[in-house]
Amino acid sequence: MNEILDKSYLSEQVISMVVSAPEIAARRKAGQFIVLMTAENGERIPLTIADENKERGAITIIFQIVGKTTACLAGMNVGERIYSILGPLGSPTEIENFGLTVCVGGGVGIGVVYPIAKALKEAGNRVISIIGARSKNILILEEEMREASDELLVATDDGSYGFHGFVSEVLQKLIDSGTRIDRVFAVGPVPMMRVICDVTRPHKIKTIVSLNPIMVDATGMCGACRVAVGGKTKFACVDGPEFDGHEVDFRLLATRLRMYEAEEKKAMEAHRCHCHG
Amino acid sequence: MDEKKKEKVPRQKMPEQEPQMRAKNFDEVPLGYTEELALLEAGRCLHCKKPFCVDGCPVDIDIPGFIKHILEKDYIAAARKIKETNSLPAVCGRVCPQEEQCEIKCVLGKKGEPVAIGRLERFVADYERTAGIVAIPDLPKPTGKKVAVVGAGPAGLTIAGDLVRRGHDVTIFEGLHKSGGVLIYGIPEFRLPKGIVDAEVEYLIRMGVRIETNMIIGRSKTIDELFAEGYHAIFLGVGAGAPVFMNIPGENLSGIYSANEYLTRSNLMKAYLFPEFDTPVARGRNVAVIGGGNVAMDSARTALRMGAENVYIVYRRTEVEMPARIEEVHHAKEEGIQFKLLTAPVEYIGDDNGWVKGMKCIQMELGEPDDSGRRRPVPIKGSEYLIDIDMAVVAIGTMANPIVPATTPGLTTNRWGYIVADEETGKTSREGVWAGGDIVTGSATVILAMGAAKKSARSIHEYLMSK
Ligand SMILES: Cc1cc2nc3c(=O)[nH]c(=O)nc-3n(C[C@H](O)[C@H](O)[C@H](O)COP(=O)(O)OP(=O)(O)OC[C@H]3O[C@@H](n4cnc5c(N)ncnc54)[C@H](O)[C@@H]3O)c2cc1C
Ligand code: SF4
Ligand code: FES
Repeated sequence: MNEILDKSYLSEQVISMVVSAPEIAARRKAGQFIVLMTAENGERIPLTIADENKERGAITIIFQIVGKTTACLAGMNVGERIYSILGPLGSPTEIENFGLTVCVGGGVGIGVVYPIAKALKEAGNRVISIIGARSKNILILEEEMREASDELLVATDDGSYGFHGFVSEVLQKLIDSGTRIDRVFAVGPVPMMRVICDVTRPHKIKTIVSLNPIMVDATGMCGACRVAVGGKTKFACVDGPEFDGHEVDFRLLATRLRMYEAEEKKAMEAHRCHCHG
Repeated sequence: MDEKKKEKVPRQKMPEQEPQMRAKNFDEVPLGYTEELALLEAGRCLHCKKPFCVDGCPVDIDIPGFIKHILEKDYIAAARKIKETNSLPAVCGRVCPQEEQCEIKCVLGKKGEPVAIGRLERFVADYERTAGIVAIPDLPKPTGKKVAVVGAGPAGLTIAGDLVRRGHDVTIFEGLHKSGGVLIYGIPEFRLPKGIVDAEVEYLIRMGVRIETNMIIGRSKTIDELFAEGYHAIFLGVGAGAPVFMNIPGENLSGIYSANEYLTRSNLMKAYLFPEFDTPVARGRNVAVIGGGNVAMDSARTALRMGAENVYIVYRRTEVEMPARIEEVHHAKEEGIQFKLLTAPVEYIGDDNGWVKGMKCIQMELGEPDDSGRRRPVPIKGSEYLIDIDMAVVAIGTMANPIVPATTPGLTTNRWGYIVADEETGKTSREGVWAGGDIVTGSATVILAMGAAKKSARSIHEYLMSK
């Protein structure tokens, strides 16, 4: 269990890992996540389950190197075992045949929206996906997303590939061109999700976002993950991670995500990756 | 010795770290009896024919019996005596509220001070552990019956021990990556060293209990799936782990924690050793802890050890109503925790970065008694004032986590979400499912959770053997 079976770089900073976890693979649904630790003295971090392979009894996780834990994980190789994995956690994505759905993924969020797109397609939806990144060389999962969707639109901030601009602008154009959208799923950096919600709100298109607050236990025990939705406090790990984006207080999410900025920097600086010895 | 002479020996104090010193470290505060002190204290016991102390003990420890072994200097026998009914003496000797259980009933307490039963319990348990002679009892022939225990807190650990000793095959499923429940994630190192909890868990494993960590029942697997895998009986000891907030404005500002989060970060994840351990926790300079129970005292004393200059306990009633153990309140005061009584927060104020910088409080007065029999605090109009803080810990209680009930058809809960279980047997509304500890009673004590587990163990054993 917990053995790394495959590891590949999707871009310089984003890694895809296939990890042996038969019981999780057997039951996970789109939208769910795991919590892992790389070592006994490590931190518990949540990561979305991007895919599963039931025959191999394995799950795929996709992560960007952003802090010490992800750096440690990136330093691990095929054959090594991850210290602990708990899951599947969170409520699965509500999947039904909505009609026309649009899946928007930004940056590493594409890894999160990918299983959702796949499940929507399997449920009979027409799926248009819009994915974006700062630049072409860090755009991930293009092929997989193309396969999971009926139509794929790409945007890059610097115009190095696809539409020159943000994914929100692509969505805006889609709406303006008269496409009748039944539901939008958006996952990415907080500002991106906020802007997507601003785009869909006037058109009353229900928009589901997947939130990534800081978590500890991820079982509803601590409240580290609290977010405000429709003026009420929710625990993202058990009540979410997906919520109606039009109700989410993105400002609160963004400030709470910055809570340990100083410590994260310190940990990263001190990081010599003696984390899985 | 005749009785009169015995009563002249005063109750022996337990040596402690000095308050100024200990407020800066996470080492255990009380240092435990020396052999000499233990003998002196044990000598005070009258070995009553009808020992009232035992009536006060939720697990019926033969108190005069183990004290007699101390006097014979056979400490290992004393430890075994306790372990006949209490599998976690090193834990209970430290965290049980003896002052309201066995010691309050001790006859010596009528005129003077009761025997320090808890300190003696701790002494023999520590003696046994450090002597390294923790023997495994002889186990009966395997019965071939499989039992799943959900949760590795005091309730789960106790029942696991009781059932392997009866020959059953026991597997514990624990959601976290480490066993111990509140003992490991909640109660701080300076009150209950984690090495002690680890040793107890190790002992169970040596007896043959299997522990699967990182298994959250209701998510990783359901109760129905456990039955399908061939378990004959299931015990739920999942605790009352969901935090309660006050739902006042500003409560989601950065720097405001539930006690569960704050203590989990510092104890389970060892944030006090950051960056040696990766998990961070805020180190507030002016910290408010809301609440008056053990959890509040533990949070306040942790904040102090993390370098806070001012730590306030903010409690809406008076010290008399505080649910915390007297000893813990006393320790907190000695260390310099400031008590703001008859005070309740009404709002938190944040700075430009969304970090808490102040807490608006209101003064209270005591009115008529409420359902709990305690006088109800009533706000005094216009008495609001502001306290400067940069961190707050909300320690006003916990509630049931709905994960197991929500995924277990036929399992009845009461209106607060706690699992309904028979008081004498621990049986729930589901055939083959028992429950005990905080998930049945709501947040209570280690020993009550253990007591409930013992009753369930007897009932499960009968059930398994009659099938
Ligand atoms: C900070 C603090 C200080 C305290 N101080 C004292 C004290 O001094 N004296 C005293 O007597 N009592 C004290 N208590 C109370 C005491 O700790 C509890 O009453 C006792 O731990 C309850 O035991 P339990 O086994 O029922 O539950 P818990 O100790 O809560 O254990 C439950 C376990 O189940 C696990 N779990 C939960 N859900 C699942 C699931 N779905 N699947 C798998 N595992 C699951 C949890 O992770 C946990 O490990 C304190 C409590 C706290 C929080
Ligand atoms: S009641 Fe007090 S004196 Fe009597 S047996 Fe118990 S501890 Fe000893
Ligand atoms: S992460 Fe602890 S409650 Fe959600």
